[in-house]
Amino acid sequence: MFKKPVSSSGKTKIKSSVQRNIRQKICEQFPLLEPVIDDVLPKKAQLDLIKAPEKISLYALDNQVLFFQHHNDAIMPHLRVVHKYPQCFPTVQVDRGAIRFILGGAQLMCPGLTSPGAKLPPPEGNLPEGTVVAINAEGKEHACMIGVLKMSTEDIKKLNKGNGVENCHYLGDGLWKMDSE
Amino acid sequence: MEAESSAAGAAAGAAAAAADEGFTVAPLEVVYCGVCSLPPEYCEFGATVKKCTDWLESNHPRLHQNLYSSEALESKMGTMSLEAQQKAEKDLAKKQQKEELRQEREAAKKKSSVIIIKRVERTKRKYVTVVSGIEAFELVYKTVAKEFGKKFACGSSVTKNAAGGEEITVQGDLSDEILEELVDKYGIEEDNIRQVEESKKKGGGG
Repeated sequence: MFKKPVSSSGKTKIKSSVQRNIRQKICEQFPLLEPVIDDVLPKKAQLDLIKAPEKISLYALDNQVLFFQHHNDAIMPHLRVVHKYPQCFPTVQVDRGAIRFILGGAQLMCPGLTSPGAKLPPPEGNLPEGTVVAINAEGKEHACMIGVLKMSTEDIKKLNKGNGVENCHYLGDGLWKMDSE
Repeated sequence: MEAESSAAGAAAGAAAAAADEGFTVAPLEVVYCGVCSLPPEYCEFGATVKKCTDWLESNHPRLHQNLYSSEALESKMGTMSLEAQQKAEKDLAKKQQKEELRQEREAAKKKSSVIIIKRVERTKRKYVTVVSGIEAFELVYKTVAKEFGKKFACGSSVTKNAAGGEEITVQGDLSDEILEELVDKYGIEEDNIRQVEESKKKGGGG
């Protein structure tokens, strides 16, 4: 999504009613985040909307992007948020060999999620298709990618072939660099 | 030797404990590499590994020890097959070389590129100052134009020139002031700035 540097066309303030909506949506999507939502998105804070090309909206607080969204799809957290609150997002883990491809912006293939170094949630914790997940890496403490599951985690285990997670935001991509500048 | 490795182990244990406590509300403080901006543990996949390790060593020596002690290096090879490892290493080396070349080229380009400050006559005894070429120094036209406007209290805007590029048009004869500002505030060498004058009736007047 952000392979190229993000060129934003100005930012606007978000109405508080819209802001409430976003907040609620985030809580619905990431129930684990609810206890800390006040720290991530203080109620009184003024969110900014930054419009990026291809119908991507970035939600920023104090010039730092916290969440982003494509059109009306699921809201996704910025990696910095995930680094701060790693337990608040559903997570899968890839093996070490996949890291360099992820940091190059590749889609995540199933074998990288099923090999010995990788970790998927147990059957009872099955994540359905379309879930926004943080991708951790073998031997690493922090997440390196945000993606959307292309198939449920159980299907990944079963099929073990093809594109498992869509790469939406990874360390060192345009969105990441936009912030750190 | 053994004492050292056990110390590293203890530090890692402490880190793990801290991660467990992170389950409560408190956000985790994450250190980001000052060179490549990624969390330090991912520096090894970037193209500036050498610089990153140096930076980490001087800024966060403890983290550096955790990540780059020989024990850590060994354990992280983990489950990857030998073949895949070799391939990864080869790719990485190639990438690093590319990055180095790119940086060299950029530095050379920076050295050779010039900012042109042009004084253009509008009507008799009235001038605008046109600044072009600042993109080579990683400056953004729009923001710099705004700064100029604020600093000199005059109209300052980004315009498109005939070649399709952008330039800043500042109202008023400000070429000397702008030169000074570029040197002082944006740290550009004076050798890289050229002042030019352009009269409306070129040749015809003289």
